[in-house]
Amino acid sequence: MSATGGPPAPPAPAPPVRGRSVRKRLVPYWLLLPGVLWLLVFFALPMVYQASTSVQTGSLEEGFRVTWHLATYKDALADYYPQFLRSLLYAGTATLLCLLLGYPLAYLIAFKAGRWRNLVLVLVIAPFFTSFLIRTLAWKTILADGGAVVEALKALHVLDVTSGLGWTEGDRVLATPMAVVCGLTYNFLPFMVLPLYTSLDRIDPRLHEAAGDLYATAATTFRTVTLPLSMPGVVAGTLLTFIPASGDYVNAELLGSTDTKMVGSVIQSQFLRVLDYPTAAALSFILMAVVLLVVTVHIRRSGTEDLL
Amino acid sequence: MQEYEAEGLTAPRLAAMRRSLSDGRGALTRRSLLRASGAGAGVLGGLAALGACGIPPAKREDQGAAASDDHSDREKRVTFSNWTEYMDVGDDGQSRPTLRTFTERTGITVKYTEDINDNVEFFGKVKPQLAAGQDTGRDLIVVTDWLAARIIRLGWAQKLDPANLPHAFANLTAQFRAPDWDPGRAHSYPWSGIPTIIAYNARATGGRTVDSVTQLLDDPRLKGRVSFLSEMRDSVGMTLLDMGRDPASFTDADYDAAIARLQDGVDRKQIRRFTGNDYTADLSKGDIAACVAWAGDIVQLQADNPDIKYAIPAAGYVTATDNLLVPAKARHKTNAERLIDHYYEPPVAARLAAYINYVCPVDGVAAELAAIDPAMASNTLILPDARMTAKSHAFRSLEPDEETAYEEKFAALLGA
Repeated sequence: MSATGGPPAPPAPAPPVRGRSVRKRLVPYWLLLPGVLWLLVFFALPMVYQASTSVQTGSLEEGFRVTWHLATYKDALADYYPQFLRSLLYAGTATLLCLLLGYPLAYLIAFKAGRWRNLVLVLVIAPFFTSFLIRTLAWKTILADGGAVVEALKALHVLDVTSGLGWTEGDRVLATPMAVVCGLTYNFLPFMVLPLYTSLDRIDPRLHEAAGDLYATAATTFRTVTLPLSMPGVVAGTLLTFIPASGDYVNAELLGSTDTKMVGSVIQSQFLRVLDYPTAAALSFILMAVVLLVVTVHIRRSGTEDLL
Repeated sequence: MQEYEAEGLTAPRLAAMRRSLSDGRGALTRRSLLRASGAGAGVLGGLAALGACGIPPAKREDQGAAASDDHSDREKRVTFSNWTEYMDVGDDGQSRPTLRTFTERTGITVKYTEDINDNVEFFGKVKPQLAAGQDTGRDLIVVTDWLAARIIRLGWAQKLDPANLPHAFANLTAQFRAPDWDPGRAHSYPWSGIPTIIAYNARATGGRTVDSVTQLLDDPRLKGRVSFLSEMRDSVGMTLLDMGRDPASFTDADYDAAIARLQDGVDRKQIRRFTGNDYTADLSKGDIAACVAWAGDIVQLQADNPDIKYAIPAAGYVTATDNLLVPAKARHKTNAERLIDHYYEPPVAARLAAYINYVCPVDGVAAELAAIDPAMASNTLILPDARMTAKSHAFRSLEPDEETAYEEKFAALLGA
């Protein structure tokens, strides 16, 4: 059908162009295919499997069958809402602490570190070179009863206050809520610092100069220029900290006690110990829903929806 | 892709390029895609969930189902999964002398992996394969008695052939001969016995002894510095004994009473934590003054820290066992049985016991062990004497429903 020879051909006929454009339209989808497949196999399928498990009833011996027993969700929530609330509280507190510690650190790296910048960045990431478990166990030494940290806190009467608030227990920090929150804060701090750093680093220093030229004080510059421009980093950092922290169970297991168990411990225990797979699956979905809700509200409120 | 070549474009092309960014295929933005795929996943998920048929019964009824084609004759190898630090290591820190002797003697190479860290996790790991009647790739595994009982109950362990186990049959110590969950040891042989005892750090207790669960739970001077084990049978078993009940024959009411007793200890903040293996570091530092502990750990701790002491409660103590099993569909059953039998020869058993410091389930090792280390041969935590054996109790096996109910109550005690 090609127009060769003869009278000058009109512009290419419609059908081939259409064919080409259809093929072209499909290009992005072809490019997406590996990612979509990956998501299907490693995300969607396990989710479907767990969703199905959560509405099954039965036992290990007799097997589990889908009976659409939705009451599992209600019972799981009724039995374990304290652990849910605790998870959100601990993860929220740890996220806030990470932000308070991480922001000045990221600011320092982005604007003041100079030639030490790379070194400091490596130091932030360095803890990742050892295992998560080892890092958490190290906190048992740091916060040991009668250790330097605990003795110092005691001398400063900090423990009197925290123990009055129920965060610590008498003269010890280990096996208390405070120890768990410390562990969470420490373990997830890099997830806060790195996005904050990236977003602060992107700010053009000339904007600061411009603010100075317009007689803005350092505080005003920070409030009106730096902070708003770093919001994407703040949101990304808080999400990257809050989401894994709320599902974490290692810190609660190793640094906590019976009354500091988070929902991750419950899921682990229901799944492996009690072999109640439906309850474990239902708990996972409730956790996912709760986190999704918190995250959506957070993103809406901070006005950074475009991050998604 | 010429639309994206920004340089030297004609006006209509530029316009087309702008259009393409706002509609047409440019409309495929991240957000619309996220939304679309979210909806798609939702629909797909709903359909698939409808179609999903659940988890099949775990139990394999027909006894022959566990058996496998034995490739032992053709393939001179065996795959052995064990816990970490549960096998003797040579002076070079690399070789495993007792395994090497086995290979030298039989020509069977052993693929030894330390991939078991936790009973419940290990069960979660192998369950899908065993439930589906598939080979796990392991010919020999070591699991604690309650899990061994469950695996046997589900028909996931192969029946052992006594003809391949002459030493094991002859030398198995009387204490472990007849567990209620595997009569006559048809499917399992113990790797070691694990006494649960009371341990304390004399420096942390100010030199006082701690020798009963009652003291752990009630002594005000130990408040907040007591730990129990997160292994249900050990903590509840010790409490039952302390309350004058026998873990080998207790009722639901007894169990509930023991849980209530422990719960009271938790509520009064007497109990600091329920721990896995990690109690050893806390005990050594003195953060935990006294605890329910596993004997083998204490033997090892004592070697490094003279403040660590232990006590056998007058009420008795619980002994569990870790057991060798040949999982269903294993390819090298005979080789695995020969390996089991190897560890029931006293010189080999002595060597292993001297290294792992747990109760040796093999009779006639005293002389061999004394030759390696006389102190060990006289340690009743490794070779219990008649008095020790008399105080030892086993936790009875549980019915499936009971097990679920008890684990649930114990999980509630642990706070999860």
